[in-house]
Amino acid sequence: MAVISYREALRAAMREELKRDDKVVIMGEEVAQFNGAYKVTEGLLKEFGPKRVVDTPISEAGFIGLGIGASMLGIRPVMELMFWSFSYVAFDQIVNNAGNIRYMSGGLINCPIVIRGPANGGTNVGATHSHTPEAILASHPGIKVVCPATPYDAKGLLKAAIRDNDPVYVMENTILYNDKGEVPDEDYIVPLGVADVKREGTDLTIVAHGRAVITSLKAAEILEQEHGVSVEVVDLRSIRPLDEETILASVRKTHRALLVEENKPFCGVDAQVAYLIQSRAFDELDAPIHRVSSIDAPQIYCKRMEDQQLPDVNRVVREALKVLA
Amino acid sequence: MAKPAVLTHPESLKRPAGPSDYAKDPVNASMSKAEKIALYTKMARIRHFEQRCIRIYQQGKIGGFLHLYVGQEAVAAGTISLLGKHDHIITGYRDHGHGLMVGMGMNECMAELTGRVTGCSQGKGGSMHYFAPDKNYWGGHGIVGGQAPLGTGLAYAVKYMGLKGSCLAYMGDGAVNQGAVHEAYNLAALWDLPMIFVIENNGYSMGTSQERSTAHPGCLAKRAEGYGMAWDVINGHDVYEVRAKTAIALKRAHEESKPTVLEIFTYRYFGHSMADPDKTYRDKEEIKEYREKKDPVLAFEQELLREKVLTAELSQQINDAAMAEADKAAVFADESPDPTVADITKHIYWEEDNRGPDTTSRGTIIFE
Repeated sequence: MAVISYREALRAAMREELKRDDKVVIMGEEVAQFNGAYKVTEGLLKEFGPKRVVDTPISEAGFIGLGIGASMLGIRPVMELMFWSFSYVAFDQIVNNAGNIRYMSGGLINCPIVIRGPANGGTNVGATHSHTPEAILASHPGIKVVCPATPYDAKGLLKAAIRDNDPVYVMENTILYNDKGEVPDEDYIVPLGVADVKREGTDLTIVAHGRAVITSLKAAEILEQEHGVSVEVVDLRSIRPLDEETILASVRKTHRALLVEENKPFCGVDAQVAYLIQSRAFDELDAPIHRVSSIDAPQIYCKRMEDQQLPDVNRVVREALKVLA
Repeated sequence: MAKPAVLTHPESLKRPAGPSDYAKDPVNASMSKAEKIALYTKMARIRHFEQRCIRIYQQGKIGGFLHLYVGQEAVAAGTISLLGKHDHIITGYRDHGHGLMVGMGMNECMAELTGRVTGCSQGKGGSMHYFAPDKNYWGGHGIVGGQAPLGTGLAYAVKYMGLKGSCLAYMGDGAVNQGAVHEAYNLAALWDLPMIFVIENNGYSMGTSQERSTAHPGCLAKRAEGYGMAWDVINGHDVYEVRAKTAIALKRAHEESKPTVLEIFTYRYFGHSMADPDKTYRDKEEIKEYREKKDPVLAFEQELLREKVLTAELSQQINDAAMAEADKAAVFADESPDPTVADITKHIYWEEDNRGPDTTSRGTIIFE
């Protein structure tokens, strides 16, 4: 088992799938010659050549649409968006075409496309480059969304996404790209729709996804060290499909739930999770469900304030103590 | 009230249809008598299918939008009649003619309009969303211009797999101002894709004439020059001309893997959709002029009569048969069952419809 970064894990997933299936093509802005705007695809052009690793113009609606069309004929494009924020100029392609084609054709056409790239705030780049559209996109039946938090999950989920026959949107996080973790040398996938209990506990369940998992794990440590509270952290990993059973099992054990996400609160992923818990485990709850999300405003530029806009460890600890009160 | 804007089709199109200048073009001259009759039959079938749709719509049995192809038949007929095994097509929402041309049945097409489970998309797509991927027909797309990038993707896939093929992406004159179309143009030219963009210019983007929508003094196809692409303009009332000029673009796609923009001048006899009362933006005289003097189905019938390929009797038989077929399809569409409530949540995800030990998805994917 090697210790590699989140970035290297994503790259390894693409390299292995490029080798496994000659229909897999990597495509996006700066993915080839430039080696990736965030160096995720570094070295792939050299190893696989320009037919398999393709630089596109800055033309998201065009090249994402092209990838969707190619996928209908059996190509398996793995499209990089430099930022998921840029998906908004390709929204018609991403939602109407990729998300609806199987349905509107009565199941005659599939769209096995992967679109991946970072979707996060916290990098001091202002509102236009800091969107987290997992809830927006997962609200469309026909689309799958995953948000890996660790190198192991990044590799396993991306490999599963590439082998999946539906459109899968993989939302990464630039702040996690250098995080290191153990990743098996042998082939494996993390199936979509399987949550992971990242830390076991008995007093409180924290449900999180993406970088909020890392924040929650740090908060859980403080809650144990300083407050003597045993916190269980459930990492959703996949937004749609959603592992409802793992969430419910944890809540049935701890009887208290705090939901943490870097999304904005209105109609966020955790609005759905909160609904799930109250509808299926209402009698198990000893306290109201609380949420910690980004402060509800467009992403602020000022770094000191942005760090407070996002859920941080202190806010998670504070809110956890309220649920436990 | 402002005077309705007039159509800007070239002068050459303003004269009545006469003998085709393209009958002797090799691609037409080489057609057998049977092939010519088959082509005429297909055009007549589109005409009668669409006219039958009007009646069903007026009976309230077709919901939503219904965009008719009447008047534009020679475009789909001429272009699609040339296609081979690895040539693919994709179009916008005025998609019935293309469907019938690739060989979809009137029953499945009509039943889709009435929302029946026997429809080509099992009642899930409707008029704007016909698909027949087994016949290289990839839809049927509702958002103006959104199909252009998909078409370049089909052409990309054909090229990636090393096949001698192409993709024809059809759009209306209203689509040429959509950004997605220009992005598709750029990619097709940049990557030398075997792509043919077909602008079916019927003069009006819904109710807005070309003069009022498009900042370009010349023909729309000329915009191809901005991308270094070849282009041509075609009289879409003459199916022979459509075939002759499309064949050149196809050869360019097959042999040089280069894209082309074709602008085919055509005309629709009915409103943008059946919801368009068609009273505000063009006069009845204009429609009458096209119907009486330039009708593509009549023009081809006259051509084939002149060539003695067709007789008046045979033509009558063909038209009667097409009408009878459309009548039968209307009954089929009326009597077929609806999809069920359980069907609403099928065909959303391949992985869900085929879930098993080897599929990559678990968990809840359809929510209550």
